[in-house]
Amino acid sequence: MRLTLKVWRQKNKSDKGGFETYQLNNVDTHASFLEMMDVLNEQLVNENKIPVAFDHDCREGICGACSMVINGRPHGPLKGTTTCQLHMRHFHDGETVTIEPFRANAFPVLKDLVVDRSSFERIQQAGGYISVGTGSAPEANNIPVNKVDAEKAFDSAACIGCGACVAACKNGSAMLFVGAKVSQYALLPQGHPERNERVLNMVAVMDEEGFGGCTNTGACEAECPKEISVANIMRLNREYISAKLSVEKE
Amino acid sequence: MSLTGLFLISFLLVHCSINALMFLNDDGLLFNEAAHFMASNILIRTVEIFLFLFLIIHILQSVAITRQNMKARTISYAGSSATATSKWYSRSMGILGALILVFLVIHLKDFFIPSRFTDRLGFDSNGTPDMYSEVKMAFENPAYAMIYILSMIVLAYHLLHGFQSAFRSLGIYHKKYTPVIEFLGTAFSIVVPAVFAAMPIFFLLKK
Amino acid sequence: MALDSKIPSGPLGEKWSRYKSSVKLVNPANKKKIDIIVIGTGLAGASAAASLGELGYKVKAFCFQDSARRAHSIAAQGGINAAKNYRNDGDSVYRLFYDTIKGGDYRSREGNVHRLAEVSVNIIDQCVAQGVPFAREYSGLLDNRSFGGVQVSRTFYARGQTGQQLLLGAYSALNRQVKEKSVELFTRHEMVEVVIENGKARGVIVRDLVTGEIQRHAAHAVVLATGGYGNVFFLSTNAMGCNTTAIWKAHKKGAFFGNPCFTQIHPTCIPVHGEYQSKLTLMSESLRNDGRVWVSKSKGDKRKPQDIPEEERDYYLERKYPSFGNLVPRDIASRAAKEACDDGRGVGETGMAVYLDFADAIKKYGKDTISARYGNLFEMYEKITGEDPYTTPMMIYPAVHYTMGGLWVDYNLMTNVPGMYATGECNFSDHGANRLGASALMQGLADGYFVLPYTIGDYLSGEILTGKIKSDSPAFDEAEKNVREQIEKLMNIKGTKSVDYYHRKLGKVMWDKCGMARNAKGLTEAIEEIKRIKTEFWSDVKIPGTANELNPELEKAIRVADFIELGELMCRDALHREESCGGHFRSEFQTPDGEALRNDDKFAYVGAWEYKSENQPQELHKEELVFESVHLTQRSYK
Repeated sequence: MRLTLKVWRQKNKSDKGGFETYQLNNVDTHASFLEMMDVLNEQLVNENKIPVAFDHDCREGICGACSMVINGRPHGPLKGTTTCQLHMRHFHDGETVTIEPFRANAFPVLKDLVVDRSSFERIQQAGGYISVGTGSAPEANNIPVNKVDAEKAFDSAACIGCGACVAACKNGSAMLFVGAKVSQYALLPQGHPERNERVLNMVAVMDEEGFGGCTNTGACEAECPKEISVANIMRLNREYISAKLSVEKE
Repeated sequence: MSLTGLFLISFLLVHCSINALMFLNDDGLLFNEAAHFMASNILIRTVEIFLFLFLIIHILQSVAITRQNMKARTISYAGSSATATSKWYSRSMGILGALILVFLVIHLKDFFIPSRFTDRLGFDSNGTPDMYSEVKMAFENPAYAMIYILSMIVLAYHLLHGFQSAFRSLGIYHKKYTPVIEFLGTAFSIVVPAVFAAMPIFFLLKK
Repeated sequence: MALDSKIPSGPLGEKWSRYKSSVKLVNPANKKKIDIIVIGTGLAGASAAASLGELGYKVKAFCFQDSARRAHSIAAQGGINAAKNYRNDGDSVYRLFYDTIKGGDYRSREGNVHRLAEVSVNIIDQCVAQGVPFAREYSGLLDNRSFGGVQVSRTFYARGQTGQQLLLGAYSALNRQVKEKSVELFTRHEMVEVVIENGKARGVIVRDLVTGEIQRHAAHAVVLATGGYGNVFFLSTNAMGCNTTAIWKAHKKGAFFGNPCFTQIHPTCIPVHGEYQSKLTLMSESLRNDGRVWVSKSKGDKRKPQDIPEEERDYYLERKYPSFGNLVPRDIASRAAKEACDDGRGVGETGMAVYLDFADAIKKYGKDTISARYGNLFEMYEKITGEDPYTTPMMIYPAVHYTMGGLWVDYNLMTNVPGMYATGECNFSDHGANRLGASALMQGLADGYFVLPYTIGDYLSGEILTGKIKSDSPAFDEAEKNVREQIEKLMNIKGTKSVDYYHRKLGKVMWDKCGMARNAKGLTEAIEEIKRIKTEFWSDVKIPGTANELNPELEKAIRVADFIELGELMCRDALHREESCGGHFRSEFQTPDGEALRNDDKFAYVGAWEYKSENQPQELHKEELVFESVHLTQRSYK
C-alpha cells in the first residue's frame, strides 16, 4: 500500500522543528509500524538524507521505549497496543499518517521523535522501591499475600513506563504512572512500612518535574498500551490524602 | 477543588429543593416563606458566607490548576483525536465553569442582591417578602428564560463530570460502590439542572 | 596460558559455603574508596550495581537505553527456577543442579552450577521482599508451575511477564541506591572501549548517545553485564539494541571468549514474513502442551490447512518421538522443524514455517479452557499476524533466542583479565551447550545479588591501597584515541549501503551456516563470506549525519562492526567442535536416528578463544571440564 507520512523533524533540543512529508510506495500490510519506519529510514539513507530518530528496543510491547504519537494518538489508534505491536493492516491505502513525538514539557524532545523521559526516572528514585537490602529478606512464604491483592498489584506493576499517559493527557499529568507504582506497593504488605513517605516523596518530585494535575478525563487509561486502570489514580489520591493527614511534621 | 465542589453540590441540592416549592399551586406562598427563612436565619446566613468563600476558592483553584496544566504542555499536537479517548465536557470544565460564572453574576444581580440588599420586593398575602413574583416576572421574559435554560445545560455537563470526578480526586474508589456514585452523579447532574430549567418553562407556559 | 577456573576444593555441596567463609573482605571504610563500573542494567547489571552500592562501594552504572528498566531482561516471559521444594515433589538443590548440568548437555562447570542452585532460593526471598507480585495461591502463598525438561514444579512466575517484574524489582533496588548516591546512573551511554592498565581493567570509554561526547570513566573494577549476542543473526528474539560491543571490546583487549558457538534456538516463534522484518517474536513454549505440530506429507503442498485431510498430515514430532511427542526439548523441536522445511514441506507463503494446531485441544477441552490457558498468547499472535489461532492453526518457526557462550570467567565471575568481571548472559558459565527454561532469570539475579558481591571482594581487597584511579593516564589516552579513530573511520567511509544492509547479510550467513545445523563445509564457507562482508562493510557502509549528535545509524554501525568479527569467531568455534551437543548440532556428528552425538573424550572442555590481532585468527585454550558428581549420559527422548 501507499502512504504519505507527515513526520516531526527536529535536529536537537534547541531546534524549533517542523513537519516533513514523505511518500512510501510499497508498504507491506504485515509490517509493524516501526518496520514501516525502518523502510522509510532505509529510503532516506539511500537518498542521502538523515533518517528519522525514534526510540525503540524490544519490539514486543514490553520495554516501553517506543513512544510516538500517530494521528494524534499515543501508540496509534489500536487499543492496548504499543507502537511496535501496531501493524500496517490497520491503516488504509493512500492514507496520510501524522507522526509526532510525545508532547509534554516534562518530556523535552531530544531529536525528531525521541523524547527525554528522565523525569520518570527521578520520580521513581524518589520512592519507587521497598527499602530491602540484598540478603536481608525473610523467607518468601513468611509474607502471605492475599491472592486478589497480589493480582491487583500485578495489574498495577504491569506499567511499562512508556509515558503514553502523559502524552495523552490534556494536562500532561503523570498521575497514572505514579499511581500505578504507588498502588503496587500499597496493595502489598511489603510496601506498608514506607507507604506514607513514598507517596509524599514521589508526588513532590512529580510536581517539581512540571507535570500537570489530574482532572479525571480518563484519556490516560484509554491510551495506556497496558490498559492500566484509573483506579490507580484514585488509590494514589487516597494514599496521598491519608499520608498528608497522618504524617507528623518534624 | 473536589471539597469545594462537593460543598457547592450540596448547596445546589438545597437551592433546588426550595425552588421546587414554586411548582406548588399556592401562588408561591410556601416558596416565599422558605426563601425568607433562608434569607433571615442567622445559621443559614453564616453558612452563606462560607458558600461564597468556597465558591471563590473553587474559582481560584480552577484558575491555578488550569494555568499549571497549560504550562505542562506548551506545544500541542498537530493531529488530534482527543474525542476518541475522553468526553468533551471532561476536557472543558474550565470553559463550562466560566460560563456558569457569567450566569451566576446575572443570577445574583437579578435575584440575590434585590432580595438581600434592596427593598424592591413586595409582600405576598402572608406578609412575607414576595420572591415568587420577582421570579415569575423575570421568567416571563422569553429571552431571559432562554439564557437560564441554556445555563442549566452548561451546569448539567459541568456536574456530569464534576460530581464523580470529585469522588475520584478524594480517592474514593471501590468496585462495588463507584458505580453507585457514578449513577447518583449522573442522576443528580440531570435532575437538578432539569428542575431549575423547569422553572422558566413553567412560568412561560403559565403565562 | 593455563586457564584456572579457581573452583574451591571440597565436596560439591560445601564449596560455596567454604568459599564464603574464607573469602577476603574489604572493610566498610575502604569500600568508600573503591570505584566499580557496571555496564548494563538488566537483571545481572541492575542487581549487581544495587548490591555493590548497598555494600558501600562507589558504583557507576551505564545503559544505552533511556531507562535502566528497558534492558531486555524485561521481555522474559516464563518464570524463574528455584529449589524451594514448596510442592513437596522431591525437588532439592542437588536436583536443580543436576537438571541444569544435564540440560546443558554436560558442557558446564559443576561448581558454578551447584552454587547457582544453592542461591536460587535466596533470589525468591529477595524478590518477594522487594514487592515483586509473583503468582499466589488462595492461601496467600507462592504458586509454582512446571517447565520443560524437568519433573518437578519449581518455577515461580508472574503471569507471562516474570522477567518484567523481576527487572522492575532490581530496578527499584537500583533506584534506591541512586537516591542514596552510592550509585551514579548514566542512561543513553554506551560503552565503546575498555581500558587496561598494567594488565588490570581500570575503566571504560563510553559514548554519550545524545551528544556524541566521548567520556572516560575510571574504576578499580569493571563489571560487564551486557546480555547476549543473538543479534549477530540479525533476526532474533533479542531487542533491537542488544549487542556484543562491550564484551567484544573486552575480548579484543585480552578477555577470552568461551564457547561462542553455543546458541539456543527457540522452537516456537512467529515465522519471518518479509524482507523488511526487524525482529522475531517468541510465543511461549507452554503452547506445545496442547498444540500439535504438523506439516503436510507431500512437498510443496499449497492447500489451506483446513483442506488437508488428517491422513495427509505428518505430525512429525509425535511420529519421531512417541514418548515425548510435542514436548521434546527446545533444540530437538527446532531441528525437526528445520528438517521438515528443508524437505520442502514447510507451510505458509515462505515455506519456512510449521503448523501448531489447537483444533484437537479445542475439541477435547472446549474453547473456553484453551482460552483460559493461552488467551493472551493467542491475542498476541493475532495482533502480529492478523490470523485467529482458534480457527486456523498457528504458524511457527524456530528463532535465535539466547546465547550460552560469552566471556570466559572463573568461579569468581572474573575474566582472565584481572578486575574485569562478566555476569549474566554475557558470560559463558552456567548453561553449557543448552539452557533450560526459566534458568536465565535465575542466573542473572544469582550473579548480581548473591555471587558477585562476595567474589569481587576477593580481588578488591588487594586494591585498597591503590588509591583513586586516574583517567588521564596513557592507557586512557590510548583507549580514547582508538575510539575516536574508529568512529572517524566509520563516518568517513561515506559508502553506498546502509548499516542494516550489512547486518542482514551477516545474519543470513550466520543463520544458514551457523544456525540450527552446521557442517564443516558450510562453516568454512561462512568464514570466507564473513571476511568479505567485513571488507565490504569497512569500505562501503553509509552513515548519514555526524558523530556529535544523536545518531542511531552510527550506533548501529559500531555494533555491527563487532558483530561481523564475532560471527567469524562463532563459525571457527563451531568448526573446531567436532561433536554435536545441546544447541550445537554438527550434521556430521549424529546418531543413526539423527540425534546429537557428543564426543566426551575429545570435547568435554570449554573452548576459550584468545584474541591475537586484526588479521590473525584467535587462539584456542581449553578448560577441561571435570565431572565428579554426575555421570555423563546420552540424552534420549524417544
